[in-house]
Amino acid sequence: MAAWLGWLIESNWTDPFLFAVYSIVKPISGAAILVIMYGIITQGNYNSALFPYIYLGNAFYIYVGAVMTGVSWAVVDDREHYKTLKYMYIAPIYIPLYLLGRGVARFITGSIAVFITIAAGLLFLNVKINFAEVDWLLFIVTLIVGVVMLALLGLLLAGITLTVARHEGFIGEATAGALYIFSGAVFPLDVLPEWSRPIGYFMPTTYWLELLRRSLVGNVAQAFPTLANFSNLEILGVLLGLSVLFGAVSIWVFRWCDARARELGLIDRTTNY
Amino acid sequence: MKPSNVDSTAKFISRESEINLAVQKKYSRKDTGWRLFLKTIIARSYPRIVGQRREISWMVFDVIMPMLAVIAYVLVYRALNAPEEYIGFVVMGGAMTAFWMNILWSMSSQLYWEKEQGNLALYIMAPNSMMAILLGMALGGMLATAMRALAVTLLGVFLFGVTYTVSSYLQLFLVFMLAMVALYGMGMMMASAFLLFGREAWHMANLAQEPIFLASGFYFPIKSLPFWVAAGASVIPLTLGMDAMRQLVFPTGFQFGFLTVRLEILILAILSVVFIVTAKILLAHIEKLAVREGRITESRR
Repeated sequence: MAAWLGWLIESNWTDPFLFAVYSIVKPISGAAILVIMYGIITQGNYNSALFPYIYLGNAFYIYVGAVMTGVSWAVVDDREHYKTLKYMYIAPIYIPLYLLGRGVARFITGSIAVFITIAAGLLFLNVKINFAEVDWLLFIVTLIVGVVMLALLGLLLAGITLTVARHEGFIGEATAGALYIFSGAVFPLDVLPEWSRPIGYFMPTTYWLELLRRSLVGNVAQAFPTLANFSNLEILGVLLGLSVLFGAVSIWVFRWCDARARELGLIDRTTNY
Repeated sequence: MKPSNVDSTAKFISRESEINLAVQKKYSRKDTGWRLFLKTIIARSYPRIVGQRREISWMVFDVIMPMLAVIAYVLVYRALNAPEEYIGFVVMGGAMTAFWMNILWSMSSQLYWEKEQGNLALYIMAPNSMMAILLGMALGGMLATAMRALAVTLLGVFLFGVTYTVSSYLQLFLVFMLAMVALYGMGMMMASAFLLFGREAWHMANLAQEPIFLASGFYFPIKSLPFWVAAGASVIPLTLGMDAMRQLVFPTGFQFGFLTVRLEILILAILSVVFIVTAKILLAHIEKLAVREGRITESRR
């Protein structure tokens, strides 16, 4: 039900045509900026391994913004905009599940955006994927683990959002923006200053994006030294380990923040910010 | 009555009269014409500038958010071993992002927000000009955003060692001012248009981010796009504004210029006039609708 509610909120502001345009134009424009930047500097050499690295990393990163921010944004939306969060809290539902359900709608719209971005890349922007060589099992397992991990990270942000009054809108965006840099979404981690690389190695999104790229275009793995010494299975192990760790922390943080928000009467606080 | 009591009563009455007079002088004078117009501009720009001081954390977020994109794009260029000029282009684009975001969220969507919060009806009922309110919003927003843009520029200098060599301060000043006038004129025009979108306004503003960053060349020289695409994107004042500024502040910037700086100044001047006049016409239309149909000011149609 929460997922259905989320879908209606996401899409009912307009007619299907405009919604489709909105869903297509936004992600493709973001990807096209990177393609043009790449094209200018390399003078159109799209055969380099760096190109699919950048393009696919950027495409799948849409999930981070959609799922993680989607779950936490449900708190802002329900508390500030629709002023219904208090009713959700007194209804006989399990709030974390409700918030995760709201994130499902963003997952669906995010999936559409990812699909469109990759399809546009294949059709018009010189991205090359040999579908016969794609490791589908690795791709599907990685995608599922990653989406669950992102949803749990979203729960962590939702907890923090519950306890924050006036800057709640920025939390998801700022976290997603920071992860964009430290996960090596559009450049190898080796480009980061040396002191900041360990942050990237600690983020599950780094391994998630690496595995997605490897499953779709295997040769990318050999092109960059960052994780070249690790096999797919090792990276999957690291991803699973970090996902469990971040998931446990997220659930603990959400419970603590939720209890604090209830104690301080923050559930129905509106600020009009 | 004792004389002392008479004195104190007289003093009291006299003091009361002075206060009344002061109150009358201060609050009861009804400004009209250009005085009212100017006061409205100042009054509407005041909260935008003072708001910065009251919520410093906003400033931090407003600087950090564009900076994250700037860092990411700079690192992409570094990964590609791009010439250093491109790092400067990205930093300038990141700084100008603040203005575009201000136009979208604090100008174009503003009347829509005001409607949602119930202030729009008060604006329309008040004896001041709506044009003055929009100008006040623009002036306040411009000054407040300039601080953020400056912060991003300085961070770019410190983080990435970007250096600027201005070839003509006069032209740079002219380009920047004209770009701002045209841009905020466009924002005033869009404020009325967004009001007609209803609840689609939020999504429209959201939609006008990445496509504009792409078309206007926020992170690469606009010359890299096909001529007619770049020419079409020049309707957005920041496109030509950034192109001209890049030519004026980077030693090799002229190599990446789409048009000559003089021509870009001329086009920006024309755009300024067109946008402000259109804003006035649209605003008059909106006011007429609000009075005649009483629907524009309805919250949550």
